Amino acid sequence: MSQDVKSYKCRKIVKGCAGGEAVVSRDAMCFYLTDPETGEVIERNHAIHGKSIANKILVLKSGKGSSVVQVDGFYQLWMKHNLPAAIILVETEPVIVSAAVMVECTMVDRMEADPYEVIEDGDHVEVDAEKGEVRVRKEAA
Amino acid sequence: MFLTDEEKRILDGSEGPGKQKAMEMLYALGLTFDAEKLIPVKRAHVALSGQEGDTYWCELLVSGGATCAITPTTNPYWDTCYLTKFYEVTKEELDLANRTGEAYRKIGAKLTYHCAPGLSTGVPFFGEHIAYSESSATPYVNGALGARSNRESSISALAAAVIGKTPYYGFHIDENRHGHLLIEVEADVKDCYDWGILGHVVGELAGYHNPVLRFKHKVNPGPEDYLYFGAEAATSGAVAMYHMVGVTPEAPTIEAAFGGGKVPAAAAVITDKDLKDREAKLTPATGDINLVMLGCPHYTYDQILEIDRLFAGRKVSHNTAFWILAEAGAVELAERSHLRQKLELLGVRMVGDTCIDEPCWKSFEGHLGLTDSPKCAYYRERRGQPFAIRRLSECVEAAIKGRID
Repeated sequence: MSQDVKSYKCRKIVKGCAGGEAVVSRDAMCFYLTDPETGEVIERNHAIHGKSIANKILVLKSGKGSSVVQVDGFYQLWMKHNLPAAIILVETEPVIVSAAVMVECTMVDRMEADPYEVIEDGDHVEVDAEKGEVRVRKEAA
Repeated sequence: MFLTDEEKRILDGSEGPGKQKAMEMLYALGLTFDAEKLIPVKRAHVALSGQEGDTYWCELLVSGGATCAITPTTNPYWDTCYLTKFYEVTKEELDLANRTGEAYRKIGAKLTYHCAPGLSTGVPFFGEHIAYSESSATPYVNGALGARSNRESSISALAAAVIGKTPYYGFHIDENRHGHLLIEVEADVKDCYDWGILGHVVGELAGYHNPVLRFKHKVNPGPEDYLYFGAEAATSGAVAMYHMVGVTPEAPTIEAAFGGGKVPAAAAVITDKDLKDREAKLTPATGDINLVMLGCPHYTYDQILEIDRLFAGRKVSHNTAFWILAEAGAVELAERSHLRQKLELLGVRMVGDTCIDEPCWKSFEGHLGLTDSPKCAYYRERRGQPFAIRRLSECVEAAIKGRID
């Protein structure tokens, strides 16, 4: 098993430092369409339908949909301790940013490499928003 | 980001923790989107919902001593007095609704409880800088009216109302209002339902970007058409601004829509077949229905009139409920013209101040419903009611039969 760790610069949106298993979504998300009890994505036809985002490092295309239930989606996951440990945004959008600010969910964007190129499901990823750094350890052989 | 001395004092908490929280939100957004400063706004719309996340934020600001510097209009939660006559909710659900009303009264909002402010309850001027949340309201005020709002969340719009300012970035600035991608529309867009389905296809293509639509057939959209289009483009995507060439105020020509710059090749061509395919994809099942739910976004008086015309005196099936969720003013007009009483005799009920996504509707969950709004279907999925999607005329025929084929 390879233990190479690669580091990439990024920009802090919401402070914090977190590590965990990566879940990569090529679709934008509305967090209301997750189950707060499990963190599982319940939206039909969604790229990560059925996967849990709870305490994961979520690589996310962007936010979408409602300007209010996005906030409630974050809030419900927060209450159940099932928010992602951190979110790496590909395209930054105001509603998802304000929801993350309210519940203080660690969030970064502007990664120097395309996150879709360098992060896959199951990789171990550390996000250090203060330092502006994302570290990726490949778990694949 | 430049802050005045007064703004800095608010941010450091000198004017209390409520205003400080609001300013922290605006400042975080300003930093994220490279705003140079805050600018004053005189209108805001808060997409309150009666859901815990949003009510939590309003109560947090209220308990910190904040009140609104400008009175924002608000979205609906639900009419607790009227709907509890029909449906049971738990004490917790009723408490949350009452907490929501109380928090927004205390913070000094204008309790319009209407999700389409751009049509009546809060119509901005062309070019006016505003802070409008409600994902269907933002594209309406930007695209159709030419006012200037970013895609605000309920919580950032409330923060803007408390401070009376919003960060100067995004759609407030001329060059950011220019189109990003060209979409050719060959489909024949006949009514607001078609506009909604078109919006759903466009939202997926555009995501967070600003689409420019060019139509093969001449179009003449009315208020409901723009409303349905934007509501769906902000459901499948995050569209907050759009241009329609030769139609919307900032797109007299295709060159103007793209800011005088180069016009890109079309990113997509949307045909009648694309709209038909989307309708089929969005409908999970057909069969017996227990509910026809209309009014996401809120129905207008003209749409209520259309329902009366389509029923032509026929009655809703005994095992199906038929609800119209409308702006309170439209319900009042229906009352005055005796339309409400006439429709009630057919089994058609209407309610103001109420959203589709509320606990009062839970008795219908677990069975198939029918709506003319993909947005309604999308958000009801979380509460466990699948919806078939059809245009209004088909919804009426299905209601009479009690099933959709």
